[in-house]
Amino acid sequence: MVGITSYGAYIPLFRLSREAIAKAGRGEKAICSFDEDSMTMAVAAASDCLNGIDCRTVDGLYFASTTSPYKEKLGAATVAMAADLRRDIITADFANSLRAGTAAFKSAIDAVKAGSAKQVMVTAADCRLGTPGSAFEQNCGDGAGALLIGDTDVAVTVEASYSVYNEMIDVWRADGDTFIRSWEDRFTLTHGYLEVVGEAVSGLMQKFNFSPGDFAKVVFYSPDARRYAELARSLGFDAKTQLQDSLFAVMGNTGAAYPIMLLVAALEEAKAGDRILLASYGNGSDAFVLKVTEQIEEIRDRRGMKGHLASKRLTTDYKKYLIWRGILPQETIPGPVGFLSAPAAWREREANFRLHGVKCQVCGTVQFPPQRVCTKCHSKDQFETYRLSDKKARIFTFAMDYVSPAPELPTVTTTIDFEGGGRMECYMTDREVEQVKPGLSVEMSFRKLFVKDGVHNYFWKSIPLRT
Amino acid sequence: MPGIKDRVAIVGMGCTKFGELWDKSYKDLMVDACYEAFEDAGIEPKDIQAAWYGSRESGFTGSHLANALKLEYIPITRVENFCAGGTDTFRNACYGVASGVYDIALACGVEKLKDHLSGFSMYITDPFDRSMVEWDLPPVSQFAQLANRYFYHYGLSYEEGKRILAKIAVKNHHNGTMSPKAQFQREVTLEQVVNAPMISYPLGLLDACGLSDGGAAAIVTTPEIASSMRKDYILVKGLGMANGGGQGKLQPEYDFIHIPETVAAGKTAYQEAGITNPRQEIDVAIVHDCFTITELLIYEDLGFSPRGKAPDDVEAGTFTLDGELPVNTDGGLKCFGHPLSASGLRMIYEIYKQLQGKAGARQVKTADIGLTHNVGGVCGYFNCAVAIFGRPD
Repeated sequence: MVGITSYGAYIPLFRLSREAIAKAGRGEKAICSFDEDSMTMAVAAASDCLNGIDCRTVDGLYFASTTSPYKEKLGAATVAMAADLRRDIITADFANSLRAGTAAFKSAIDAVKAGSAKQVMVTAADCRLGTPGSAFEQNCGDGAGALLIGDTDVAVTVEASYSVYNEMIDVWRADGDTFIRSWEDRFTLTHGYLEVVGEAVSGLMQKFNFSPGDFAKVVFYSPDARRYAELARSLGFDAKTQLQDSLFAVMGNTGAAYPIMLLVAALEEAKAGDRILLASYGNGSDAFVLKVTEQIEEIRDRRGMKGHLASKRLTTDYKKYLIWRGILPQETIPGPVGFLSAPAAWREREANFRLHGVKCQVCGTVQFPPQRVCTKCHSKDQFETYRLSDKKARIFTFAMDYVSPAPELPTVTTTIDFEGGGRMECYMTDREVEQVKPGLSVEMSFRKLFVKDGVHNYFWKSIPLRT
Repeated sequence: MPGIKDRVAIVGMGCTKFGELWDKSYKDLMVDACYEAFEDAGIEPKDIQAAWYGSRESGFTGSHLANALKLEYIPITRVENFCAGGTDTFRNACYGVASGVYDIALACGVEKLKDHLSGFSMYITDPFDRSMVEWDLPPVSQFAQLANRYFYHYGLSYEEGKRILAKIAVKNHHNGTMSPKAQFQREVTLEQVVNAPMISYPLGLLDACGLSDGGAAAIVTTPEIASSMRKDYILVKGLGMANGGGQGKLQPEYDFIHIPETVAAGKTAYQEAGITNPRQEIDVAIVHDCFTITELLIYEDLGFSPRGKAPDDVEAGTFTLDGELPVNTDGGLKCFGHPLSASGLRMIYEIYKQLQGKAGARQVKTADIGLTHNVGGVCGYFNCAVAIFGRPD
């Protein structure tokens, strides 16, 4: 029996009021902070998904996104490192399509079924950009979902799947474009979304003998709130009782991650025995029949969709959003001067990506970054690896720089002490200025420090405990 | 270890005007500082047998100094030790003489910060690595961490803490008005300091020293030779230096309310000089007030004030020009700015003048023993140098 053994999600802390974009806008959309992107969100969703699970047991990681920071460089390798996964595992990026998330999901199921892996992690994340003022900009939200696929302790079995593809120019973004484009939506929705998802769902139900009444919940990708219900009704589902909330009003359309995230939201409410229908869209559609088992109760302890939706900070600062996304230019930051050394980044990869420190085997002192000679007892080369990314910490002291140009002032820096040992100096993000003081509980979050010469430099920052 | 006490003497010193010296190159500053020192000592450049040159941004080998002064094939070592580079340059020249290898040596520190857009061509990143994951912010945030923890530890409110720190800035600016070579020679009020724009919480613009250009130089020799050159030569009584090895970054035990490097450097210098009660025995001190909080911590780290009591001494006026122990009589870094490797030698210049009784309007009444102190780097990774001077008996 193959299926979902764990789930997780990540929604950025910040929400932009749609009214800030245009007067007619309703609700809010989740937005990445200036130091987040699809990669960092995928890491956060993967960590949520792995809560209570030994990360060394994962045999594969897929990263699905239409907004990977690189055109050529494996995103899955970065996500796998930051999630502290083993290196002898399958990794792949699924890209260029809104269906990337479900394509990765299908692929993971097939890999486990075929026996080439016991457990595969699927991460899907997106932060797509609409032209300022466009409907796309109103609709698109940022977020990530993660599903762990395995064959033991399965919480959601995959009973059937069905896919169709569809060649048409409806929604696209060429290499080098910043913003999504689309054809007139009466054409694209009629002959694209409604017709093609309909084809996949009907095909699935027909082939495997299901009828609309068999499903406790249906989960579809949706370009907007209105078509979501329209699609459900046209396929014979009761939009009121069977259709998963699109979360459009509170999060927005999160692209390739959207169907995965909505599925996680549905699973958070599901009971053993529930049957769920999932369908994506993007030049075709992947449709799945899923069935929830008793095991679902064992994986409730996650922030997931509900936790992340509840933990938010609303902003109406549209200009800030445009600066954060690089749409409005900003005063240049006079640093870092010099260059990032690829050999140095490679040598320090265990510390920088996994946030591995060391623990002295002689005196037990935890140290970050890793040292050759113990700072306490001066023993040489007698250390064991010690992971810090999953530990909570407290601020010992801090500073707040108000003058160095940055996307968000003040730039907060912290010296933190980890529970169980270890001290670290790092930037702090997602903070309210008033809450920054000695003693504040923090956790670690994988973020982007800067982009220079086409290199996205990631590292860990402290954030106030997200509750 | 016999130590340095009474084994080396200063016979000449020079110091340029400090400030935004747009029309001066770093070689102009070398010439100006060193020629004042040559004239003061009554010697010629050809009398110099070896030199030490301190800089972080301005000239990467000793040859830059040779070129500026046209020194003819003598050994010149370039010293870089960040903010403590000036004192360390001087220290090395002293050891050159104390070793018996050289009779007369030159120490010169010059920094031309204002040729760089942000003062330093490099921020203080990467004590640990080259992969650029550490903070990349100006130094103020390092010292703001000390201030925030000091306030927290001793239960000072933001307003109380700010006011104490502001008093230090007000004091140093007052002294600076009597210092013709200073970058800033004007008074500031307590209100101006407290209300200045925030740079890095809780430190405001007037809690910080400026970035400036400047240079200073010292000529050192043996006391025997010195006594044949002039009566009012000055003796080196103690030299202490300590470099942090990241202990404070790696060990949660580090408390951020003191700078252990200052304590260690001070201890060595006091031992050499035979000082057991610094507050009583030192008459005048020029210390590293890069930020007001730094000067506050130095009072405690160098034993001028008991732990946690520096604010009381600030309130009592202990460190003002006519106080019990005048500190930063020339206005300090607050008024001179901080051209990194020049600052240590500028501090020694002030002690040299005070001990000779040539400090003009800012001359302290009793000036038998003087101290200079330099500290730089990042928390847990500071390098610190302390020097103590006295007059020949």
